[in-house]
Amino acid sequence: MTRGLLDIESISRQDIETILARSKTFQPAPGQPFKRTSILQGRSIVNLFFEASTRTRTSFEIAARRMGAEVLSITSSGSSVTKGESLVDTLNTLGAMRPDAIVMRHAASGAPHFLSRYLPVPIVNAGDGTHEHPTQALLDALTILDRRGTLEGLRVAIIGDIAHSRVARSNIFLLSKFGAQIVLCGPATLLPPQIGQIAPGIELTTDMEHAIRGADVIMMLRVQIERQNEAAFPAGEYFSFYGLRLEHIEAAKPNVIVMHPGPINRGREIASEVADSQRSAILNQVENGIAVRMAVLERVLAQ
Amino acid sequence: MSRLLIKNGRVVDPAANLDQIANVAIEDGIIRQVGANLDASGAEIFDASGCIVAPGFIDIHVHLREPGFEHSETIESGSRAAAAGGFTSICCMPNTDPVNDNATVTSYIVDRARRHAVVNVYPIGAITKDSAGEELASFASMKQAGIVAISDDGRPVMNARVVRHAMEFARALDIPLIEHCEDLHLSAGGNMHEGLVSTRLGLRGIPRSSEDVMVARDILLAEVTGVRYHVAHISSRIAVEMVAFAKARGLKVTSEATPHHFVLADADMLPYDSNYKMKPPLRERPDVEAVTHGLISGAIDAIATDHAPHPGDEKMQEFERCPFGIIGLETALGLALEQLYHPGHVGISHIVKLFTQNPAQILSLDRGTLRPGAVADVTIFDTDRKWTYDVAKSPSKSRNSPFHGRTFTGGPVAAIVAGQVVWSLGGA
Repeated sequence: MTRGLLDIESISRQDIETILARSKTFQPAPGQPFKRTSILQGRSIVNLFFEASTRTRTSFEIAARRMGAEVLSITSSGSSVTKGESLVDTLNTLGAMRPDAIVMRHAASGAPHFLSRYLPVPIVNAGDGTHEHPTQALLDALTILDRRGTLEGLRVAIIGDIAHSRVARSNIFLLSKFGAQIVLCGPATLLPPQIGQIAPGIELTTDMEHAIRGADVIMMLRVQIERQNEAAFPAGEYFSFYGLRLEHIEAAKPNVIVMHPGPINRGREIASEVADSQRSAILNQVENGIAVRMAVLERVLAQ
Repeated sequence: MSRLLIKNGRVVDPAANLDQIANVAIEDGIIRQVGANLDASGAEIFDASGCIVAPGFIDIHVHLREPGFEHSETIESGSRAAAAGGFTSICCMPNTDPVNDNATVTSYIVDRARRHAVVNVYPIGAITKDSAGEELASFASMKQAGIVAISDDGRPVMNARVVRHAMEFARALDIPLIEHCEDLHLSAGGNMHEGLVSTRLGLRGIPRSSEDVMVARDILLAEVTGVRYHVAHISSRIAVEMVAFAKARGLKVTSEATPHHFVLADADMLPYDSNYKMKPPLRERPDVEAVTHGLISGAIDAIATDHAPHPGDEKMQEFERCPFGIIGLETALGLALEQLYHPGHVGISHIVKLFTQNPAQILSLDRGTLRPGAVADVTIFDTDRKWTYDVAKSPSKSRNSPFHGRTFTGGPVAAIVAGQVVWSLGGA
């Protein structure tokens, strides 16, 4: 077993606590730039993004550079597949270059798990299909901890396209390990009943008001408009039922934290007034993304 | 005159209601006599002491990939894998390239099989042209050329009116219609059974209802048309109940189950390993139990492998890009013994029936018994020998099996086709 980070489901609470504690040491002081270190001096990391993602890729790049690693980013968005090169061949080619780690995003669920069986290089999953996005859940946890100090007992509402969300899955696994109450909310077609059983402490509802009532944290998910074509929800009705507006915030705890993995669709899943409000932690999430990814890369490359 | 005497085995022939230690005398490819103290002068002797001697096993659902996909399998390599699994007859599905939807392709397969196959090969013709689900294929001329059934396996006929008309023709020609039951709209984009495991792994699901809806539709149409209707690779517990219901109504409805569907559940899958990817998908444990029970109770008539070879490079991809299907000829008997016989659910005679008499009956094949005068297709197997499946040694051209490395108790010892030993353990 290589020492990568493939998903949250298979790592322990203790491991997560270790990563989060280390992440805190990488957070900059208010108003200060990120500290630079040379912990990963001379190490090389390949960022392999088979699916476009400016923010996650940039965040990993910055994290690696802050620690002195060399980074090579390849964004192929499916191009190597269309050229007929298999994923295994692409990775074998990269493996032959002997990077110390591969950070990988792929549109297919399980692609990093599949590769990790064949490659000796540790792989950090930067999002696989509709499965997991482990560093997102870690940075979300760090963001909540910054404001609340604990995850235990918090009521966290995750709202949107639960079925297809890797952000939701990773957060569910992480929050459940820490004893949070998780409420999953979305249109019935995007809320498979089985998701209530993937971890302890999950409640499902299609009623947004119910989901938000008494919530400590509201995590909004990005809506993919393509789902309309699959008849997953009626066109034009999404925002009126599942868009987060100011009036919703009233029903939540007074100090509720509003989060979103970004990039946000203003007016589709979240109203601008909410995204830009005091309650919004969206920009803290971005900042914490770098700190968390520094901790993850350090851990993966520590050996 | 060539003579073969199979000595001292336990002869189990459910079609003849026979289960006793006896010798089997074969002359010129025909069973001459089954009994004690048979005249052995001049005969080649096969010592079957401690083994079961059964009619040749029949697999009514395989994919031989020829013509068109010879890099995955050929009629020859598939037939060798069949023999190594103890099968002496196999029925190949029409999803080749070109599709077996006319007598020319049927004749090609029959001819290739005659020259290269080591076991009997019976082609199954398409229901619709190119299996596109619209125009009916040339049933009558294909039947003359040698097809034993019709099926659009893998590309189920979605239009109920087309199926109804095909059933009417099939009934008139007295051939069964075999359906791969899957509503393609309900299963669209799915890669494994829709349930807790698919939800955890973030893989799109194939709901059980996609199978149930089509089994229900077809049973209703089978009643209207009076066709002999056969459900391929049944996997859903509800579908098993519906087939039992159809039988209770006196319809000519039969079904088959694959070893992987009566052994493995979705939770047994190694995450994202495409050797566990097939259609129908591995379902939940209660479905596995229902399929097992169906084989015991008779709701399910036969074991068929749905042997579906795919070369390594096609299976070495992201799970969702990999093709569906696994090979299964060599592990079928071992798995049947493991799941049905060793736990004491059924006796040996029942196992033999699922591999011989019943499949022969479903497709009206002139096989499946050791009665004097029958073609001497014989499968010899044991029930206690420990062995481990090594897929790297398979005669198949493909390696896509989830059972590599599995240890079995009992399995094939020899396959005899028309009096010729075409495969034997540790031999040729």
